[in-house]
Amino acid sequence: MDEKFDVIVVGAGPAGTACAYELAKAGLKVIMFERGEYPGSKNVMGGVLYRKQMEEIIPEFWKEAPLERPVVEQRFWMMDEESMVTMGYKGLEWAKEPYNNFTVLRAKFDQWFAQKAVEQGALLINETVVEACIVEDNRVVGVRTDRPDGDVYADVVVLADGVNSLLAKQLGFHKEWRPDEVALAVMEVLKLPSEKIEDRFNLEPDQGCTIEMFGDVTKGILGTAFLYTNKESVNIGVGTTLSGLMKAKIRPYDLLEYVKNHPMVKPLLEGNESQEYAAHLIPEGGYNSIPKIVGNGVVVVGDAAHLVNAIHREGSNMAMASGRMAAETIITAREVNDFSENMLDSYRVRLMDSFVGQDLKKYKDTTHTFEHHPQYFKEYIPMLNRAAGQMFTVDGTPKKQKQKEILRSMTENRGKLGVLQDLYRAWKVMK
Amino acid sequence: MHIVVCVKQVPDTKIIKMNPKTNTMDRSSAPAIMNPYDVYAVEEAVRIKEKYGGTISVLSMGPPPAVSTLKKCVEMGADDTYLISDRRFAGADTLATSYALAEALKKISSEKGEIDLVITGKQTIDGDTGQVGPGIARRLDIPPLTFVQKIKEIDLGNRKISVHRKREDGYEVVESELPCLLAVESGINEPRYAPLPNMIKAARHEPVVWSVDDLEDIDITKLGLKGSPTIVGKVWAPPKSEGAEMIEGSTDEVVARIVDLVMERKELFQDKEVQPS
Repeated sequence: MDEKFDVIVVGAGPAGTACAYELAKAGLKVIMFERGEYPGSKNVMGGVLYRKQMEEIIPEFWKEAPLERPVVEQRFWMMDEESMVTMGYKGLEWAKEPYNNFTVLRAKFDQWFAQKAVEQGALLINETVVEACIVEDNRVVGVRTDRPDGDVYADVVVLADGVNSLLAKQLGFHKEWRPDEVALAVMEVLKLPSEKIEDRFNLEPDQGCTIEMFGDVTKGILGTAFLYTNKESVNIGVGTTLSGLMKAKIRPYDLLEYVKNHPMVKPLLEGNESQEYAAHLIPEGGYNSIPKIVGNGVVVVGDAAHLVNAIHREGSNMAMASGRMAAETIITAREVNDFSENMLDSYRVRLMDSFVGQDLKKYKDTTHTFEHHPQYFKEYIPMLNRAAGQMFTVDGTPKKQKQKEILRSMTENRGKLGVLQDLYRAWKVMK
Repeated sequence: MHIVVCVKQVPDTKIIKMNPKTNTMDRSSAPAIMNPYDVYAVEEAVRIKEKYGGTISVLSMGPPPAVSTLKKCVEMGADDTYLISDRRFAGADTLATSYALAEALKKISSEKGEIDLVITGKQTIDGDTGQVGPGIARRLDIPPLTFVQKIKEIDLGNRKISVHRKREDGYEVVESELPCLLAVESGINEPRYAPLPNMIKAARHEPVVWSVDDLEDIDITKLGLKGSPTIVGKVWAPPKSEGAEMIEGSTDEVVARIVDLVMERKELFQDKEVQPS
């Protein structure tokens, strides 16, 4: 095919679409490929969309985007087998514009977002798999699709092809991810009437809540389970490191069933109808796993660039931010007609200077530390539950004596010094 | 050669749910797709064009989202597409539908050029009547060739076409003059995986959309619900089949149980007298 584009974007998820949107808006000739039947048909996330990075692309998007509920409450549950210690925050300022974040169903949201990029002038080609980058003289000059007569050329190729990014791998930008660099998340969308959701989660009709669960729900494996409220359904899922699953020899869907049947969770889901089941890898290796993301005529964005903050369950926002920054760099590069690695590297610099790079750097050792020291999830969360249980049980024991016993049981296994070491280690990787 | 293919966007009846109270299809429960039989009609048009040259137009009637089905046709190789879309077309039975489509075909013919061939799928999966194709042919006063499983030859010089029509016991070879209408069977071809240049063309393609007012001399009383004499007596979902019995146990036990069951119901396995058709 003879037609040449300014930019080819591979993948119509949040990163690719954000990038295509900004490029098309600036008047560049953009073609975006999506392997699914439509954008969002193959995309998976727990379901929280952050307002800030989306707003930077489409101001006041909440007025027209297909969102589920603005999140007004975030709960955190430290769970044992038959108990939990909870904390959380509910704030009604989050129920009003400009909101904080929203629950979304990706199949709907991504389709809408991609349509906005099309309205800006980007060309969206669905149901087409990009099989390889076309490389000439050590420079990416286009892509080869699986369609007949399927080569297409451009000044820059943006790889937004998701966590596995076979294209970046082909270019030698990264190797196969190690099992401790990726999390495997499985989730289900369960249909529930909106009144039931509002009753059970103490919400008004236009409010949503998120629950993050730690401890027994993942059977002590490093990871979290989650429960998010949509309009007429809830998303329930569990994500743990692949290495943790392998070590514990637990199948991910068995773990999800375990979460759904946990006594703290089960009543919330009573009477549901399963609507959708999905599983996906999440790039959670953090800062140390970020691969090469810039080459001659090519940049990598979103999950493909391993941009996920596992501690704060942020990913789609980082994807959008990276897509936008890549677009800004390409627009500048086009002004001087230089698409070399040297020129495009300003995308990487910009990204690393932004909240994306800084947050990933802040938590660069966190997951690995928790993985190597399973006592945080396996011992301290049950201990916390026992302590709270003892403290709040009224049985005629003086409180002072209770405190003593709690303290003794807490230091029983690891000794006072061990506990202090653990606390210090956790503080160090989270600070 | 000017070929026009008539297509319809339908709910995917493989997954659609029926409203148990009203016994009507809950169209929101299934995604809209191009009627699967129409895919073969478009593909056949593209093959004729490749062999004999010409241009392909595609016509559809439906709400605005039907544009996506027309774009699919461009991906496959269609040149121009037309959508007639208006609330006044809504609720049409096969009589009113074929009237509206025939009127639109006349307009396409006068604007783009004489039509040599109209192709439709054998039927749509939402109504399963197979009446609209022949209805169009009758109104345009051209021969309808149904059950077409192969196009044997087109003789453009003598304006003739010969096709194989499917029969239960084989096929018949039928010759017709052009223009005519073909309703094609699903086995007639294997639809292609669209080439990238067509995908790009389709992404940029905007169908021509006509409302009732764009069709001159149309008789509004023959359109939509008003123009539809069909009365649906009753619609019901097919009864669910009875639950199967799971036979468990050792191989010997299972075999013994199966033999017992077969003997109990041996009338099911006896030859039935078949009426000659």
